[in-house]
Amino acid sequence: MNGSLPIEAVLVLLVITDLLLLGSSRFRTCIRVVAVQGLALGLLPVLLHGAEAPARAWGLAGASMLLKGAVFPLLLLRVLRDTGARREVEPYVGYTLSILGGVGALVFSLWVGSRLELPGTALTGSSLMVPAGLATLLIGLFLIASRRNALSQVLGYIVVENGIYTFGVALVGGVPMLVELGVLMDAFVAVFIMSIAAYHISREFDHIEVDRLDRLRG
Amino acid sequence: MELNWRPLIPPAAAFLLSPLLLGVINRTKALFAGRRGQPLLQLYFDIFKLLRKGATYSRTTTWVFRAGPVVGLAAVMAALALVPLGGLAATMPFAGDLLLFAYLLCLMRFFTVLAALDTGSAFEGMGASREVLFSALAEPALFLALAALARHSGSLSLSGMISGVGPGSWLTQGPALALVAAALGVVVLAENARIPVDDPNTHLELTMIHEVMVLDHGGPDLAFILYGSALKLWALLALLAGLVVPVRTGSAAADAAAAVGGMLLLAVGIGIVESSMARLRMTRVPKLLVGALALAALALVLVLRGGGRP
Amino acid sequence: MTLLLVAMGLTALGGLCALAAGRRPRAATAFGVGSAAAGSALGLYAALGALLSGAGRPLAGAPQWSMPGGSLSLELDALSAFFLIPTLLLSGLAAVYGGEYLAAWRGRKNLGAAWFSFNLLVVSMALVMVARNAVLFLLAWEAMALSSFFLVAFEAGKPGVRRSAWVYMVATHLGTACLLAMFAVLGSRAGSFEFEAMGRAAQLSPALAGLAFVLALLGFGTKAGFMPLHVWLPEAHPAAPSHVSAVMSGVMIKTGIYGLVRLLAMIGPPPAWWGWTLVAVGATSGILGVLFALAQHDLKRLLAYHSVENIGIIALGLGLGLLGVSLNLPALAVLGFAGGLLHVLNHAIFKGLLFLGAGSVLHATGTREIDHLGGLLKRMPQTGAAFLVGAAAISGLPPLNGFTSEFLIYLGAFRATAADGGTIPAAVPAVMAIAALALIGGLAAACFTKAFGIVFLGEARSARCESAHEPGLSMRLPMLVLAAGCAAIGLCPLPVVRAMGPVIEPLAGPAASKVGGELAAAGGMLLAITIGAGLCLALVALLALLRLRLLAGRPVEETVTWDCGYARPTARMQYTASSFAQPLSALFRIFLGTREKLRAPEGLFPSAAGLATETPDACERGLFRPAFGGLAWLFSRLRVLQQGRVQLYVLYVVLTLLALLVWKLG
Repeated sequence: MNGSLPIEAVLVLLVITDLLLLGSSRFRTCIRVVAVQGLALGLLPVLLHGAEAPARAWGLAGASMLLKGAVFPLLLLRVLRDTGARREVEPYVGYTLSILGGVGALVFSLWVGSRLELPGTALTGSSLMVPAGLATLLIGLFLIASRRNALSQVLGYIVVENGIYTFGVALVGGVPMLVELGVLMDAFVAVFIMSIAAYHISREFDHIEVDRLDRLRG
Repeated sequence: MELNWRPLIPPAAAFLLSPLLLGVINRTKALFAGRRGQPLLQLYFDIFKLLRKGATYSRTTTWVFRAGPVVGLAAVMAALALVPLGGLAATMPFAGDLLLFAYLLCLMRFFTVLAALDTGSAFEGMGASREVLFSALAEPALFLALAALARHSGSLSLSGMISGVGPGSWLTQGPALALVAAALGVVVLAENARIPVDDPNTHLELTMIHEVMVLDHGGPDLAFILYGSALKLWALLALLAGLVVPVRTGSAAADAAAAVGGMLLLAVGIGIVESSMARLRMTRVPKLLVGALALAALALVLVLRGGGRP
Repeated sequence: MTLLLVAMGLTALGGLCALAAGRRPRAATAFGVGSAAAGSALGLYAALGALLSGAGRPLAGAPQWSMPGGSLSLELDALSAFFLIPTLLLSGLAAVYGGEYLAAWRGRKNLGAAWFSFNLLVVSMALVMVARNAVLFLLAWEAMALSSFFLVAFEAGKPGVRRSAWVYMVATHLGTACLLAMFAVLGSRAGSFEFEAMGRAAQLSPALAGLAFVLALLGFGTKAGFMPLHVWLPEAHPAAPSHVSAVMSGVMIKTGIYGLVRLLAMIGPPPAWWGWTLVAVGATSGILGVLFALAQHDLKRLLAYHSVENIGIIALGLGLGLLGVSLNLPALAVLGFAGGLLHVLNHAIFKGLLFLGAGSVLHATGTREIDHLGGLLKRMPQTGAAFLVGAAAISGLPPLNGFTSEFLIYLGAFRATAADGGTIPAAVPAVMAIAALALIGGLAAACFTKAFGIVFLGEARSARCESAHEPGLSMRLPMLVLAAGCAAIGLCPLPVVRAMGPVIEPLAGPAASKVGGELAAAGGMLLAITIGAGLCLALVALLALLRLRLLAGRPVEETVTWDCGYARPTARMQYTASSFAQPLSALFRIFLGTREKLRAPEGLFPSAAGLATETPDACERGLFRPAFGGLAWLFSRLRVLQQGRVQLYVLYVVLTLLALLVWKLG
């Protein structure tokens, strides 16, 4: 049990950052929280393998931390500055209710986790992996669905990716290199494209609120 | 037969020392503000002064107004019979005493609120309305935090839960216990009308919660109220201190000293929080309390998974 | 059993006499009240005896009944007795109260008919609880629905009342339809409509048992008031005369719980999803019920929503009990059932008390609008004190009875979470129940500080309220008796819980042998609660004495309330019920959908301004109204069949008969 304590701590941090995202109203805070989440998750492969982590794990950790902890946040902060988007995230669902929804997602994930028998649970020694990953995935989807701003949606995608990553670790019992690389690439492209799209939307319409895009219908 | 004094130590310590906690908080705040501040024993002086005074009552009020402080103080005093002091068990611990504890505090609040409404003052009605809202939201957080502790220790009494937390538990269940402590910390701040939920030192009726409810009380009634709130702060802080200061030597004196020391440290911590934060906007407070609920739920998830205790 | 039959016969006879006395109100009242009270007392004695002796007592030598499928099989077992006790207790007290309460309508209304309906209601409720044949049960069920319908429609001249009565009628019949289907499922399986035969043939396939459970949940749930089937409750209960509201809200809705429990005892071991469903239904009803109650400013409507909340708490307890049975956790099973069933008794006592109190307020001031009341404690001290006891009890505060039943449910949930090797399937619903109960408790306390604080404390908000006065002894006495009941069960829950053993055993399935042990263990904790509550009371007495000693000989002055130095405070400046609840209703507006009509003050010297809030039932607005609207549209299409010619209708009948014949022979 002792050896998995750091992993537990990382997973707890993951869920707490999820809840913070649901509850915070400022974009700047949200972006920072996502960065922290990325950094924490980047540590996972190293922690999993312990001291004798192979170089591959170190490399993956480094790349993931660099991307999620530094590149994405900086990019997003830049978009935020350049587009002059409003600083509040403007959710459809209130913050308090969102947090409660997050708790619901967590409990649901716990129940699912108790039903699923995954090989990773035995290997990683932490049965929190599946619930935490699933909860992050659900919360990310919720963020995408419940916020009206394009930037929020980008953040939601990153959170979803983090959830898939954690879930994948639990699934394979290690770092699913191929999966991770693929997903990372997807997310990268997504962030990139969405940022550019947000930039252009804002230039054309003076705002980046996605719910008004429906007016473009012919 | 020799009388066993040990079970009486926790309530005795509470009755004697609880006003000191508020002194420590105020002293810390003064220190941060660069003032010398009140004497540490100021609340004792206040209470004794008030006990010697007469009283003034509004013609609007009824016996409910007069009963409020009495019932409130009695309820919290009875609740203290269930609160352990660190490793020292409470006077009458039993499985499920946490429920009686929580609902005795609820009884105290019920009568404080009714006494406030009895004056007919709009200010006090406003304070009462906020008080019931915030406490209704704090209640689930408190219960879930206690459920996590119950799960961790396998015991259903407050004493068992607290004595089940040792230094070893922080090594194995550190994250969960830290979450429980955080959730309990928010509950302590909310239930005791501290910043960032309520500002005990404000001078504007519109922004107060707890203080405004007791505007019309005076004399011995106010002394009862002040003493009651000090005891309530002690009761909740004792739980928190038992959790974060897991010193379990087995010697009554050492355990008690460690717990009291922990509580004084926590009081300093409250002083620091109050010096470094502003009161939240009223509409933001529910978010904080639901956040505490979320932390407690997460702690529960942590202790729940992986089947039961052997 | 015979004694109970005599009691029921007495009550029915009294009702008939009242009906015959008809337009002579004094005689009708005397017949109605006398027979209902005497019958209830007698029946109460019989039920208590049956509960304490434990064993069921079927009625021997029942005469044949020519009704197909029906028989007059009756039985008084522990479960029936346990439900009969609150029913008869509250009915008797409400009858005594009603005698004076209805006096205001002498000469304007036919009191004979009202008392006939009331007595019929009491008899039919008792019959529901002792019937052991589906046909008899449904007959009693319908008699109950009809008699209460006439009581709800007592003041049919008032505009809202007739609508309320019809909503009630439709809802209760939808429920009955589900019950018919359920008994058809069970009866066709067993080949008989006797409960005993149904219980013997209970080895239903999981699908059929599940179907029966769902139908029971819908049918009995409509009567009990599970969210979202509760819509008739806040309509019908306020409309009825207050002593009838007390009976309807306190005990009549419990017949739904009784039916559900009876069915659960009859059909096989419950799968886990039944428990899950009940926990979910209970949590939803509890939380939403209390939220809607908070948003109300009609005193009786508020109380009606609280019935939804308390039925939710009962469902939580029963759901945890079912989970305990299906997951083989005896402690959870016993504590859940014990808490849920004890809450049935407790809720009958304090809700009866609160409705009678609200009735006294209505009687004295002529309004149920909380925002027009205030300061009544000075004018009606006994009613106020009794209402305060009820308010504290319903908020689950020690040392009153509401705490004991919630304690048992909590304890079961905590044990399922913490000890007992609590697996996740048990712990997750248990934690949900804990969180829901904690939230409900906090919100209920908020709601009843509002109800009591605004109505009884502060200054009178209207002139009628200033001239209010205490009602007569026959209205005060029932309230005081019920308040004493709250305190008695709160302080000594032990004998009550001990007596519940035989009630729980048939429900507990395989854990039946452990019921006694678990109850004894819980008894130890209840004893500790008694000690703790006693300690609290002793401290109250001590501190009150201390306060008197301190104030003796010191100056004690009377003045005005501190209002920031403002010299001309008026009663209108006080916080109202709506303002008290505003932060909460704003926080939960997504569920409540409170509508505000604001007339803002304008200009330099604003004259008139106003704010009106209204919280209509979200389920009625969002679910039932569209559904019924759709149905109405559908049926309006069928108008082509309605030509109004008798010949055509005869033709329809003939065609139907022919079709049935062909179907049967073909």
